[in-house]
Amino acid sequence: MSITLKVNGRIHTLDLDPSTPLLYALSDDLDLRGPKFGCGLGQCGACTAIVNGAAVRTCITPVRAAVGKDIVTLEGLGSPEKPHPIQQAFIDEQAAQCGFCLSGVILTAKAFIDKNPKATDAEMQAALSGVLCRCFTHTRMHAAIRRYRKAVSR
Amino acid sequence: MKRRDFIKSAGALVVGFSLADHGAKAQFGSAPIPGSPDNRQLDTWIAIASDGTVTAYSGKEELGQGISTAQQQLVAEELCVRFDRVHLIYCDTALTPDQSYTSGSQSHPANFNHANLAQACATAREALIAMAAQKLGVPAEKLTASDGIISGNGKKIAYGKLIGGRKLNLTIDPNAKRRDPKEWKVLGKPVGRPDMAAMATGRFEYVHNLRLPGMLHGRVVRPPVVGAKVVSVDESSVKDLAGVVKVVVRNNFVGVVAEKPWQAIQAAEKLKVVWSRGTALPKQSEFHDLTRSQPSRDTLLVDSGDTQSALSGAAVILKTTYEHPYQMHGSVGSSCAVADVQGEKATLYSPTQGVWYQKTTGAMILGLKPENVHVIFRRGSGCYGLNGADTVSYDALVLSQAVGKPVRVQLSRRDEMAWENYGNAWTIDERAGLDAQGNILAWEHEAWSPSLGNRPGPSTPGNLVTGMLLGFEPARFSPGPARPPRAYSNNSNGVPSYVAGRVGGADQGTGTVRSERVLVHNVVSPFWTGPLRSPARLQNTFAHESFMDELAAHAKADPVAYRLRHLRSERVIGVLKAATQAARWDARPSPKPGNPQTGVVTGRGVACVAYEGENGYTGIVVEAAVDQDSGKVMVKRMWVGIDAGPISNPDGLRNQAEGGALQGMSRALGEEVTWDDEKITSVDWRTYHSLPLGFEIPSVECVLVNRPDEKATGAGETSITVVAAAIGNAIFDVTGVRIRRIPFTAERVRAALRERE
Ligand code: FES
Ligand code: FES
Repeated sequence: MSITLKVNGRIHTLDLDPSTPLLYALSDDLDLRGPKFGCGLGQCGACTAIVNGAAVRTCITPVRAAVGKDIVTLEGLGSPEKPHPIQQAFIDEQAAQCGFCLSGVILTAKAFIDKNPKATDAEMQAALSGVLCRCFTHTRMHAAIRRYRKAVSR
Repeated sequence: MKRRDFIKSAGALVVGFSLADHGAKAQFGSAPIPGSPDNRQLDTWIAIASDGTVTAYSGKEELGQGISTAQQQLVAEELCVRFDRVHLIYCDTALTPDQSYTSGSQSHPANFNHANLAQACATAREALIAMAAQKLGVPAEKLTASDGIISGNGKKIAYGKLIGGRKLNLTIDPNAKRRDPKEWKVLGKPVGRPDMAAMATGRFEYVHNLRLPGMLHGRVVRPPVVGAKVVSVDESSVKDLAGVVKVVVRNNFVGVVAEKPWQAIQAAEKLKVVWSRGTALPKQSEFHDLTRSQPSRDTLLVDSGDTQSALSGAAVILKTTYEHPYQMHGSVGSSCAVADVQGEKATLYSPTQGVWYQKTTGAMILGLKPENVHVIFRRGSGCYGLNGADTVSYDALVLSQAVGKPVRVQLSRRDEMAWENYGNAWTIDERAGLDAQGNILAWEHEAWSPSLGNRPGPSTPGNLVTGMLLGFEPARFSPGPARPPRAYSNNSNGVPSYVAGRVGGADQGTGTVRSERVLVHNVVSPFWTGPLRSPARLQNTFAHESFMDELAAHAKADPVAYRLRHLRSERVIGVLKAATQAARWDARPSPKPGNPQTGVVTGRGVACVAYEGENGYTGIVVEAAVDQDSGKVMVKRMWVGIDAGPISNPDGLRNQAEGGALQGMSRALGEEVTWDDEKITSVDWRTYHSLPLGFEIPSVECVLVNRPDEKATGAGETSITVVAAAIGNAIFDVTGVRIRRIPFTAERVRAALRERE
C-alpha cells in the first residue's frame, strides 16, 4: 500500500504494509540513522522520533498512524556543522559514550523541555523515566538537558 | 548426599570451562594470528603521507569508551603533529595489527606504555629527526619537531618531504625516548571526542546502519528453552509471507532471510519449528548453595599454609558468605552484524571486540580458509564485554553463506538477553581471624563460580550460542584439584587488597596480612557466561570490601583508618585518601550511632581496589539514604578517586569513571538474571532492571590522581568494581544491617530490616 510520510520536512511516498512499525520505514526505507532498534517493545527509547511535537516510540507505532504528521528524527534537528541547541549542549558536555541511545535521550528531552521550559529537575527526570542509557552517561546528559532548558527559558 | 549436577544429560548442553581470569592476555597468550602484520615493524603502526598527514593503525578499537580519541592524541603527541592531522584506523584484518581483544582494561596499558603504538610513534619521530639531520646538515640534537616540521639552525623540512608516501622500513626501537609528560601538548589534555557531533546529530554510522548493495535481512529463531534441539522445521509455514527469501536450518541453528527487516521478523515469528524438551534447570532460589556441590576445577591464588593455625590463635573469627547473581551486558541496541559471503570469500562487518578471532572462528563456521575471511570492525551499541556481538556475527555469516548475498542480522531483544554470555554468578566465603586489638591475623577466601563458554578465542566458536547450535563444542571443562600457587597473579582480584600476596618468597600483594589463603572453584554453568565489565574482579571486590567493613565494625574501628592499617600500596592508599578527602569523610566506626530505626536515614560507605592487582586503582565513598519503611536505597552522592597512571585525557577518564560508578550502582541495586525451570525469564527491560535516565541520579565527583612517572594502566573497569561494596557498606552504616547478596532491591533490604526488628 502506498503511504506518504513527511519526515524532516520532506515528503516521501513508500510502498508499505500500513501495520509496519514506523521505525522500519525510517531506518530501512528512508535509511535514516537517528532512530534505532533497541528493544522493539517501547521500553528503551532508542527508536524515538518527534511526531507532531511529541516524542514517539516508532518501534510500536504503526506507520499508518504517522501519515499526515510532521515527523522529526535526530538528524532532522541539526547537522554536525549546524547542530540544534540541544545537540550542541550534548557536544559541549561530551554527553555520550557509545551514543546509541541518543535519539531517545535527546528527542524525549527536547519534546518535553519545549513544552515545559520551566520544568524542575525532578520533572525533567520523570520525563526521562523510560529512557535507557546503558553506558550510564546520565550525569552528563542531565547537565546537557539543563543547559538546553536554560537556553530555552531565557 | 548425592551430588545434584546442574547438567544431567551430556547431550543437551556441552560443558565448558573458563579460567577465573577472563583477560584475553592470560587466556590466549600473545601469539598473533598467522597472516597478521608484524607488530615489530613501524609500518604496521604508522604511515605518513606526502601532505604530512599521519595514518595510525591500532588493534584497540573504539567501543564508546573514548580510547580512539586518546590514541589519536597519543600519536599527535609522540609524532609532534596536530591532533586533526592524525587519522586512526582500528581493527580491520586487512589493515591493522593483531592486538588480541579490545577488552579487560588492556588498551591503555598496551598502547600507551613503552611498546606498540606509543613506541612506534616515538621510534618514528627519532628516525625522522635523524633523516632530517642528514638532509639539512644539522646535528640531530639541534633539531626539534613541531606541527609536522623539523627545524633547527634556521633550516627546516616537513615530514611529508622527508618520507611522504614511502615506507619507514624500521623496527620498533625499545629505547626510543617517549616525550616527557611535562612537555605534553596534546596528550593529557581534555580533547573532545571527534565522533561526538556525528553521534548527537544522528549522522554516525553504526554497524546497524550499514547498507550494502543487494543486502538482505536475516533473523534467527533460537530454541524456546535451554537445551532444546530442532526436531523439525516446517518451511511451508512462511512460504506465502511477503519478502521471504530462505529458511536456513543447520544442525540446531534456524534462521530466515527476507528482503526487509520487518518481513524477516514476522517470518521468524511465524516459522513453525518443533523443538525437543530442554534441560531441567536448577532452582534459582537454591542456586548458590548448589554451586558448592558441583564438580570443580580448583585454583589456589595464594596459600601461606598457616591460616588454620593462625585462626586457632585468634581472639575472634568471623565468617560470612556473599552472593552475586548472573548479570547481563544488556546493550541498549540489540547486537547486529552484516556479512557478505560470496563463494570462497567472506567479508564481515562486526562490532566484535576481537576481529582476528572472528576471522579464524568465522572461517571454521563457514568451512573457508581464514585468509579468505576479512573482518572489519564497525561500532555497535556499547557492549561492556562479550554481549551478542560475536554470536550475531556468526548468525550473519551463516545466513549470508546460505543465500550468497550480503545479509544484515539484528537480534531481537529477547534473543539478545536470553542467550548472551552473562557475567558470572559468584558464591564467596570469607573468613578472618582478629587479634585482641582487632588487627587481622589471617584471611581465607573460598569462592565458587559457574561458567560455560566464553570469548571464542582463536578456535572455539562453540563458546557462543550460535556456534553451539551449529554443532561446535564449548571449551572443555575438566575438574581437578588445586596445585600450590607458583606465580602470583591477582588478575581476578581473588586476593583481597589487605593480604601480603606472598608467592615464590616475595610479597606481591598490596596489604600486610601474612597468613592468607585464596581458593577458587570453577564449576559448570547452566547458562552461557563471559566477561562483563570487571569480570570476577567486581564480584570478588564486593565480597572483600564488604567483609573488610564487617571486620572494621567488629574491631570498632573507622572503616578508612582500618583499611589504611592493613594496606601497604601507596597507590591504593592514594586513591582511598583522594576519595575520602573529597567526601570529607566522617571518621568513626559504623554503624552510625543514634540512627532512628524508621524513616529515611543517611549514611556513608567506602571501598577501594587495586584493579587486577596492579592495573588501575580506585577508591570510592558513597553517601546513601535508606527508606527503612520501604527498603528503598537511594544513593545521593559518590566521590571517586581514580589512578590510571599518567592521565591521557582527563575528560575521557572522568567520563569512564562516572559511567562506571553509575553502571555499578545499577548493577548493585537492581540487576539480576532470572530463570524458571526451563528458560531465562529476564528477557526485556521489564524483567531485567536497569536504572533508566529518570532515576534520581547521585552527583559523582571524580578526583583524578595523575601519576606521570608510572605506567599507564586500565581505566574503564576500575570505578565499577568498588560500587556494590560501598553501597552495601553505606546500608550497614545507616541501618546496622549487612546485606550480603546483590542486588540490594527494596524487597531484600526491607526483609533484612524486618529481621533486625
Ligand atoms: S526500540 Fe523502541 S522503545 Fe526500544
Ligand atoms: S551512550 Fe551508550 S547507551 Fe547511552
